[in-house]
Amino acid sequence: MNVKLTASALAIAAVSASGAYAQDRDNVQIAGSSTVLPYASIVAELFGENTDFPTPVVESGGSSTGLARFCEGVGEGTIDIANASRPIRDSEVETCANNGVDEIIEVRIGYDGIVFASQIDGPEFTAFEPSDWFQAIAAELPVDGEIVENPNTTWADVNGDLPDAEILTFIPGTRHGTREVFEENVLLQGCEDSGAMEAFVESGMDEDAAEEACMTVRTDGVSVDIDGDYTETLARIQSNPNGVGVFGLAFYENNTDSLKVATMGGVAPSTETIASGEYPVSRPLFFYIKKAHIGVIPGVKEYAQFFMADEIAGPGGPLANYGLVPDPELADTQSLIENETTMSEM
Amino acid sequence: MTDATNNPGASGPTARKHTSLLTIDVNTRKRNRAEARFRSYGIAAIAIGLSFLVMLVWSILSSGLPAFTRTVVEIELTVTQEEYAAAEDQLFKTRAYQDLLVGSLAAELGEDVDPESVERIIGSPGAMLRNYYTANEDQLGEAVTFKLPTSSRTDGYFKGRITREGQERSTFLTPEDLDLADEMKENGIITSEFNWQFLTGTEASDDNPVAAGIGASVVGSFYMMAVVLILSLPIGVAASIYLEEFAPKNRFTDIIEVNISNLAAVPSIVFGILGLAFFIQFAGLPRSAPLVGGLVLTLMTLPTIIISTRAALRAVPPSIRAAALGVGASKMQSVFHHVLPLAMPGILTGTIIGLAQALGETAPLLLIGMVGFVALKYPDGVAEGLLDSNSAMPAQIYTWASRADQIFYEKAWGGIIVLLVFLLTMNIVAIVLRRRFERRW
Repeated sequence: MNVKLTASALAIAAVSASGAYAQDRDNVQIAGSSTVLPYASIVAELFGENTDFPTPVVESGGSSTGLARFCEGVGEGTIDIANASRPIRDSEVETCANNGVDEIIEVRIGYDGIVFASQIDGPEFTAFEPSDWFQAIAAELPVDGEIVENPNTTWADVNGDLPDAEILTFIPGTRHGTREVFEENVLLQGCEDSGAMEAFVESGMDEDAAEEACMTVRTDGVSVDIDGDYTETLARIQSNPNGVGVFGLAFYENNTDSLKVATMGGVAPSTETIASGEYPVSRPLFFYIKKAHIGVIPGVKEYAQFFMADEIAGPGGPLANYGLVPDPELADTQSLIENETTMSEM
Repeated sequence: MTDATNNPGASGPTARKHTSLLTIDVNTRKRNRAEARFRSYGIAAIAIGLSFLVMLVWSILSSGLPAFTRTVVEIELTVTQEEYAAAEDQLFKTRAYQDLLVGSLAAELGEDVDPESVERIIGSPGAMLRNYYTANEDQLGEAVTFKLPTSSRTDGYFKGRITREGQERSTFLTPEDLDLADEMKENGIITSEFNWQFLTGTEASDDNPVAAGIGASVVGSFYMMAVVLILSLPIGVAASIYLEEFAPKNRFTDIIEVNISNLAAVPSIVFGILGLAFFIQFAGLPRSAPLVGGLVLTLMTLPTIIISTRAALRAVPPSIRAAALGVGASKMQSVFHHVLPLAMPGILTGTIIGLAQALGETAPLLLIGMVGFVALKYPDGVAEGLLDSNSAMPAQIYTWASRADQIFYEKAWGGIIVLLVFLLTMNIVAIVLRRRFERRW
């Protein structure tokens, strides 16, 4: 019995000791987009190795989850930085402000390409147009002046140049920031290119409803939402020779053994074509800093400065090596961090 | 007699057929066949179960064993005092060390070797060099031989994880680099060895994936299990002894009982939400700390321990209690001197089952910040072990499984092997303890 009593006393002591400890968190806490996670973890590791600050903790979970946690409030129990693969929404800024997070610094890390890849031994998916994707996976299409449910079942139905293979796509789920870029740069673009947008408007929809219709994805199992990571998309593609998936450029470059990439709008994805803006499907990546935590949690500002230093985020740095397209306006971002310029001051 | 006869057509003993014990009649044969069939079903069920087990073990071992070897490159390097000072003066210090290494190796390999090619082969070992030289400043200016892991892709090439064809479209390692790597292998510069770093190492980013190891998360899991054991065993056993031996049977204890049974079936993520709301946001405990993980898992394990402990206490024959009370023991003496020791094996089994369940749990850890890029150093002591950010084995495996670089796939399976060994050790301890406590009556 004595042993047990001592054990529980120890446990209670440990719990109460931690109460005192909780007042001084010494590492930076980050959460958010799984697309930004590899970049953030590379920087976090290097930050720990090259400075005297402890290595930050980087959690994943998606842009929306990260920003929701970021907006929970100010204090030790909340995260300092949120990673996002899309800009913060006005509604999120509002939620933040309601919870006392009214000073947010927005940092653009660089650009990331979104690529369309399929099994290496699968059908010859080598060149896509945005309109192909729209006609393949939109919920409704205009056919002969009437709006009907999407009748296409093979890629050849959509475009005679594509292989006669069943349509099966794996696209990012709605909680991923990638989904928004996919909808706007591929589906909406394809909708306009194919003339479907006009047809929608002619059928009596207003502009917003037509856009909505352009970006509505069919739900008959032809297009599958992937809520997990790219590894899940990869696993689905490996078990479905006809599957085509949406990946980040860096993920594809890490898996050239099992994936082949298709051009979009005639341009092959690479860091060069994305940097020049030729490749149509790319998006900026961001992280958001809680200004109230600068000077309270050690290393928040230093982490941001280290992240955006020329040696790290610039051309030839470890982030570019991994697949990030460096931001040409890096110097502006650096001074923005230096001056702690918040979004409302911009 | 008549009511024992099932067949209404048979009237009395005269109508009975004469049978012999020596010749087997139709009915007996039928029954024998049914028994044989039943046995074969049983054997088939076991065979199916075993074949699944073999498949599982085979797939784990075949995917995970490569994680226990690594490809290393042996390099002799001399860093001068000036080079050291220049490197330490930069923002990106580890990069400077890496450049020194690449330059030295490229020069050693020959004039026409492209340093960038060498860099792609050896990856990013700059941090290891920096750690060495900052700890051993007396070695500056001396020639030191390093054995450093190669880049994940070079490692993958020599392990057959990646192919030459696949690399033709890759920017990370070109087929020409592979020619150079083959040459280095022939010259004995590149060799293969047992990967201790996988067992002792900590988490690593995609910039240096070869360095990733499970060690820190084993420590994290260990601290969590210690918290779970220290809290849930005494609380669980005390609760069950009271409920089983002392508590009055009334509506109130009934409600408690129903609640405990229900809690045992609550999905583990719910405990994670509770942990986030109570331990982190209300009590102010640090995020990502094994202490919080242990507390959350304690909540999850308690119902399991209480239920199994109560079952063990109930299994002790009432005669033992009656005898103890009969010779004049108090209620408490009868419980602690006689009932509890006899129930010990059952309690231990329940505890180990609860711990094993807690050890493999990822979902609640997701909410308290233990899943992600955590744990880049070992804790310095017990307090740090409980409070410093750390991961746990299943969380680490989960994180690796979603990484882009294929080496993490291998590491995730290797991590599963380590997790299974940890579980096996726990079970063996339980069996040994149970044997020692086991008593027959």
